[in-house]
Amino acid sequence: MNIGRFFSRNWLTGYAVVYMLVLYLPVVLLPLFAFNASTIIAFPLTGFTFEWFGVLFETNALHSAVQNSLVIAVITSILSTLLGTLGARAMVRYRFPLKRGIVSLIMVPLILPEIIVGVSLLVLLMQIGISLSIWTVIAGHVLICVPFSVAILSSAFQGLDPSLEEASMDLGETRFGTFRRVIMPLILPGIISSLLITFTISLDEFIIAFFLTGTDVTLPVYIWGQMRFPTKLPSVMALGTILLVLSVFLLVLGEVFRRRSASRQGQDASATGGLM
Amino acid sequence: MTQNAIIEIEGVSKAFGAVTALNGVDATIREGEFFSLLGPSGCGKTTLLRLIAGFDEPTDGTVVIAGQSMAGIPANKRPTNMVFQSYAIFPHLSVADNVGYGLKRKQMSREEINRAVTDALAMVDLAGYGNRAAHELSGGQRQRVALARALVMKPKVVLLDEPLSALDKKLREQMQVELRQLQQQIGITFILVTHDQEEALIMSDRIAVLFEGEIAQLDTPEVLYRRPVSKRVASFIGVMNFLPATITAKAKGALAVDIPSLGKVSLAAGHAPEGLDPASVSTIGVRPEMLTILFDDAEKAECETTGEVTATSYCGDMTYYSVLLPKADEAVTISMRNTAGRSIVPAGTKVRVGWGVESVVLFD
Amino acid sequence: MILSRESRQGLTLISPPFLYAILMLAAPMVMVVTFSFWTQNYLDLDRTPTFANYREAWTGEIFRVLMLRSLMISFFVTTVTVLLAFPIAYFLSFHVKRQKALWLFLITIPFWTSYLLRIFLWKVILGYNGVLNSALMGLGLIDEPLDFILYNVPAVIITLAHAWAPFAILPIFVALERIDRSLLEAAEDLGDGPVRRFLRVTLPLAMPGVLASTLIVFIPTVGDFVTPRLVGGPDGVMIANLIQVYFSKANNAPLATALAVSSMLIVASISLVIFLIGRKIGGRTQ
Repeated sequence: MNIGRFFSRNWLTGYAVVYMLVLYLPVVLLPLFAFNASTIIAFPLTGFTFEWFGVLFETNALHSAVQNSLVIAVITSILSTLLGTLGARAMVRYRFPLKRGIVSLIMVPLILPEIIVGVSLLVLLMQIGISLSIWTVIAGHVLICVPFSVAILSSAFQGLDPSLEEASMDLGETRFGTFRRVIMPLILPGIISSLLITFTISLDEFIIAFFLTGTDVTLPVYIWGQMRFPTKLPSVMALGTILLVLSVFLLVLGEVFRRRSASRQGQDASATGGLM
Repeated sequence: MTQNAIIEIEGVSKAFGAVTALNGVDATIREGEFFSLLGPSGCGKTTLLRLIAGFDEPTDGTVVIAGQSMAGIPANKRPTNMVFQSYAIFPHLSVADNVGYGLKRKQMSREEINRAVTDALAMVDLAGYGNRAAHELSGGQRQRVALARALVMKPKVVLLDEPLSALDKKLREQMQVELRQLQQQIGITFILVTHDQEEALIMSDRIAVLFEGEIAQLDTPEVLYRRPVSKRVASFIGVMNFLPATITAKAKGALAVDIPSLGKVSLAAGHAPEGLDPASVSTIGVRPEMLTILFDDAEKAECETTGEVTATSYCGDMTYYSVLLPKADEAVTISMRNTAGRSIVPAGTKVRVGWGVESVVLFD
Repeated sequence: MILSRESRQGLTLISPPFLYAILMLAAPMVMVVTFSFWTQNYLDLDRTPTFANYREAWTGEIFRVLMLRSLMISFFVTTVTVLLAFPIAYFLSFHVKRQKALWLFLITIPFWTSYLLRIFLWKVILGYNGVLNSALMGLGLIDEPLDFILYNVPAVIITLAHAWAPFAILPIFVALERIDRSLLEAAEDLGDGPVRRFLRVTLPLAMPGVLASTLIVFIPTVGDFVTPRLVGGPDGVMIANLIQVYFSKANNAPLATALAVSSMLIVASISLVIFLIGRKIGGRTQ
């Protein structure tokens, strides 16, 4: 009866609460040290300060890194959502030869170690003779973001009753008109959700950027460089706090849109839609 | 009802890969009639409807609507509108915007569109529902919106793909009557796809019965029921008792038929279905309600035989008896209305069974 | 071959992302494999095909040691992560009624915070003046900070297990959600108690999810190089660190690619074995 007891509601709730606490442990520390007056990242805390946030505003190298990362993330999110929309639509609505193989190749970056993606793209670029720039980072980021976009959008397309498109055609609308008046409004929340999530992934991605970045470093690469200097760490914590708030904001926004998409299509907002 | 053809289906076949969904279908649908495509699932009836609508192209043959061949003409250019099985109500649009969806592409002013939408909603008894959101509607209301959305386009033909199958029994029966009345009022041709034979009988002017991609019989409900051309059609539409029989003589427009269980009768030659060679007749059919148990010695029938009740099932208004007739291997079913004072005969009882010559159907 | 209209439309639609994957993933992979048969002569590349890199990789002790260590660490991480994730997924699927989406969202949030900083913060937690030591001393359990909890293999395992938690929970959760609840009632009706019902119905039906979790965690963790660099110390170095060193500092890309290809082959064959074993156990339920 022991396993049975363990899987009873009370035990599991307790376990889940402890699990969540451990999951959030590092995240909670981030703002703690961002506002801590000491330059050393250790306990005990010494006092409250905004100093480290002030430092961020005066660091020019950081500003250009932020700028690079934003440019990369915006372009990546647009390109990967475009490619993801096409892939998801083909995957959900059409049957064609070699479908499994093609879809697998598109989705495989999801489980490939990022170092492999980074290294192999670097080797190719070296051979072709393309120098590293923000565009090479974008190329790598689009590759790993497309699978996420496909996953999010295929759940949006799956919720779309095929007879809605037929009804529109039947009522005299053209293919393009059907896309504009029926498909687009119904998957728009999914597209926005895909844009936000791929933006967040690109903004945060380190390993591929580390291999493919040129002189214009991205924010995570910049942070990596700062980690070697203990005196810079508190401001890195401050930066991390800002990023955390930004990421959570974007994700909440993405989730709201995804749920609106589901409810618009009159279905129950299935919990896993986005990521599975 | 005029007799002009609105749709001519000529030698239409449709294959999906190796699967043949339709095989050389010919049919003419008349202007203003309520036409049903009836058959079990997978018989090709929905495929035929989609070929008419323009969602699929036939592999072979042509569909002509209002005198114009539809080859190569896509769904959005055809004078047909469909009521989908799932209703396909646009979830992001209000009821009025759903109904007005197709009008937006026509050269109509906003006022004209509003008026047309209001009229269409009134026609389906949904006046005042224009501002409702799609998800606030019940199943029956969605079905009405889908119908209004098709009717507002003033199509030559309205196509209905099992429009009532999602509704519960009571509502379905009510909608059958309403839909039929509405169609007669506005006089537009309706083509209904259904697997429910009762629904087809109630609503249609004519019915095409489809089996395995071919039309088995196309006729009015009454003829389909009373004179089915094959055993398969006979048992798909209602219940039919089959009994072995042989033609013993054929002379001067009359057929002498020997039915061992019932007796020897003479039928008019016109009684055999068209195209059936009298020599090949081996079976006759008779509907359960065409056989009568004669409870009272005073009751008389045109012809009589005897039998033994082997089982009864009581259904409220009716009682169904299984009766073993002489020289028969299997019991026939006889349905009797439970009128006042009529008792239920228990199994094992010997009964007199009455029947009429006119009710006998010949099969090969 | 004549394609149907549907096939042509589908292929047209999927070709942009497919071509992108060919160009940016398949082509580079082919390049990497080609590269691994070349050799580096100081600044020049010698393009004569040779097995020299592979010979150097497979005979050298360092590759063997680091590869084995990476695999061992990944095995541990995968086992720990999946075992700890299963009860959470079970809890979400069977006991949380209305707030499922909220719980899942809360589980994924830490995963979306900066990867580098998350790892760094584990350094803060496990460090000499870290959270753990402070807490233990505060409770009076130890008098002096423990110094053996950071810069070693366990630190790498803890950090990676934390980072991959959501990836393990989601596939198991999805598999559990798909289980028709009437099957459980049927098992109960046929006389199974909670434990037997769990072992005979729930667990076998959840196996595809467990298998997916295992592979999703195992494959990428073998190739991680940030975590060992930050919390691993000299004994926690993994294979990806070696590849990275040959790539940048040692400037021997061909040897680095030979190492990468070798480790990919090893990981792929182990994954295949895991997949086949998993299929054998849970395959009938698919």
